[in-house]
Amino acid sequence: MLNRRNWIYLALMVVLLLGVTGVFAQDAPSGELEVFSWWTGGGEALGLEAMIARFSELYPDVTVVNAAVAGGSGVNARAVLTTRMLGGDPPDTFQVHAGEELNAVWVAAGLMQPLNDIYEANGWLEQYPQGLLDLITDEEGNIYVVPVNIHRSNVLWYNPAKLEEWGVTVPTTWDEFIATCATLAEAGVPAMAIGENWTQVHLWESVALGVLGADGYNGLWDGTTSWTSPEVISTFETLGAVMDCANEDMNSLSWQDASQRVINGEAAFNIMGDWAAGYFIADLGLEPNVDFGWAASPGTSGNFIFLSDTFGLPVGSPNPTAVNAWLSFIGSAEAQDIFNPLKGSLPANTTADIGNADLYNAYFQSAYTDWTSNSIVGSLAHGVVAAPAFSNAFAGLIASFQGDGDAQSIAANAALLAIQTGMAQ
Amino acid sequence: MSRGSKDRMIAILMLSPSVVLLAIFVYGFIGSTAYMSLTNLSTQMQLSEQLRKAQEKFIGLGNYNSFMTSPLDSRFRIGFVNTLFFTLLFILVCLVVGLLLAILLDQKIKGESIFRTIFLFPMALSFVVTGVVWRWLFNQNSGINLLPTLVGFPAGTFAWHTSQDQILQFDWVNFPIIVSILVVVIVVLPSLWYIVRQRSRIAMFILALALLANTYLLLIAAPGLRSAMVRPETHGFNLALLAVVLAAGWQMSGYTMAMYLAGLRGISEELREAARVDGCTEFGVYRRIIFPLLAPITLSAIIILGHISLKIFDLVYSMGGGDLLSIDMPGMFMWFETYRGFLPARGAAVAIIMLLLVAVVIIPYLWSSLRGEPENE
Repeated sequence: MLNRRNWIYLALMVVLLLGVTGVFAQDAPSGELEVFSWWTGGGEALGLEAMIARFSELYPDVTVVNAAVAGGSGVNARAVLTTRMLGGDPPDTFQVHAGEELNAVWVAAGLMQPLNDIYEANGWLEQYPQGLLDLITDEEGNIYVVPVNIHRSNVLWYNPAKLEEWGVTVPTTWDEFIATCATLAEAGVPAMAIGENWTQVHLWESVALGVLGADGYNGLWDGTTSWTSPEVISTFETLGAVMDCANEDMNSLSWQDASQRVINGEAAFNIMGDWAAGYFIADLGLEPNVDFGWAASPGTSGNFIFLSDTFGLPVGSPNPTAVNAWLSFIGSAEAQDIFNPLKGSLPANTTADIGNADLYNAYFQSAYTDWTSNSIVGSLAHGVVAAPAFSNAFAGLIASFQGDGDAQSIAANAALLAIQTGMAQ
Repeated sequence: MSRGSKDRMIAILMLSPSVVLLAIFVYGFIGSTAYMSLTNLSTQMQLSEQLRKAQEKFIGLGNYNSFMTSPLDSRFRIGFVNTLFFTLLFILVCLVVGLLLAILLDQKIKGESIFRTIFLFPMALSFVVTGVVWRWLFNQNSGINLLPTLVGFPAGTFAWHTSQDQILQFDWVNFPIIVSILVVVIVVLPSLWYIVRQRSRIAMFILALALLANTYLLLIAAPGLRSAMVRPETHGFNLALLAVVLAAGWQMSGYTMAMYLAGLRGISEELREAARVDGCTEFGVYRRIIFPLLAPITLSAIIILGHISLKIFDLVYSMGGGDLLSIDMPGMFMWFETYRGFLPARGAAVAIIMLLLVAVVIIPYLWSSLRGEPENE
């Protein structure tokens, strides 16, 4: 039973709670802002914290809660996010990859609020690349998220000094790569460093683009390229040949382990997104063009596989005023110049200070040139081109393929999967 | 109101909250999971009433059929076969090592409590910690493979949890036949023996069930699978599982040791002395006296270890990173289907299959212990 003193306590708590949750809210953003992401380590965590610090200077009344969930390319974070959304407890704003990962789930379920007002108020429609805007806009012209960065997936990393020592050059086609592999085998060096399952899917998308070209690659996702065509089968055969040229312990390596093998001279090449540049420079203290070199992955020169991290405003967000302020901030050139040099990615906003060599190192200068001049396609491994139902099952297919090496059967299975998930007829 | 009925009223009142909670939060949710597994529900439909109305369909056993036959779901079958082999080996290792340790500790050695603590200690760790530590130890080029080099031998080459080697291979279409042979060996023959020797009613009932199951397996499941499978599909015992068995066995053997040790302490010294006086050898004492008395403990240990291993997730997830099929388990498939593929209906179907697997282990135990109670009174 509650006695009188407890009643007073209870009443006090209710009053306090009402005050905190903003019953007396004003127009200026205030209160708590929960930012949900999977940026928990290395440069990405530093970048997020730096953005939050600057945001807190601009909006001292807003308390930012950094709700980051650790774990391999966001799988765990998405599980937590899904549970919270289902339970009617959405975070104020959350990180999501641009493309199908956003569209097939959150937009399809009608849970994202259009942000066109923010875009118009800040003049972003002219500042963001049209191709990127198309991916985050629905048929009615609603834009749902604000991209903070651009990553490139199809990058081949190497160690220039080691290549010279072994007497090999950077291959520009997969046929050249296989030939190089034979040369390196004589020196006892694996030609490719590969890591755990998702890095193998990541490798396959580079192979597929190199073999099929941009049109053929895009056709996989809109149903115009047949999964069982000889060209697509040959992408898997090439993947098998590349795996034969690689380290045998791939399943026990993280992407960092695999990339580091190239630096250590334990493997000649590695295909990884350009967060590897951030890792080389920030974590290993290496010099671009000296300690490590890069090129477009074989056969993909002139093509750019991109992925982009974005934030949006979910329906039921507890503090939309603060989210508006946050989104207006992170889409600005200022915020992107704070975040991207630390995270190791390109700014999505074209008015960012990309020419500033103090902020963006030699790698990002060259990547930005490619971003603005290449033909742009989306990444499969990072949620741009296919719905989660497809990419989840495709990861399993690649895992089976790694065991049996059967290119015919993985192509047939992928074709069936594309039909089941509604990507092809 | 008589005193007896008042007591009964109070008992009912005291019990009803937990009965109601159990009914809702255990059986209610099992029911809703079972129903969900018969639909095509996706996360998008869960999130949006509109999508749900437009797209949700009752598809009967569609998800289950797909797990058993679809070429896209070979991952489920790999995990299913893995979990059977793993459970068998894991229980065996834990029982043998646990019993051995318990017998050694029972020799009234000095510092017994220190050893007991050491052996029991791994159980205090989370499976995630065990998984990470053993992943490092099993690393092909830097872990325990290097141990032989300390004494001048060449380094080991076994790839442990990343090994792709497989033994005891069979084609998936033969799975029902293999199961039915096992049913004959494990269930039919022993129950026949009980029927002949003891005229046991229960054994007759079990025999009837087993024969029914075998009829289904051989006449319906086997031909059905044969016509539904598109391609031959090899499964077998992945040697990579040895690494998981070692890690899990390391963690849980101490627990079985503690159970056995308690059992050993419960056997009176007089009993052993009497056996020795009757001319029994020390080995005979164990074989004729101690092991039979430890049988109920073995049964409890099998139940507890069995339900741990059938549901295992955290250990393999932290050892293999998730997509390592050679050590894949149904729990992993359930997690990925639900949270990475956004297909909770398929996840629910896996959950129901896991529940049935655990039920196979637990229900006979519950049945026998419930039947046993009135006799004890």
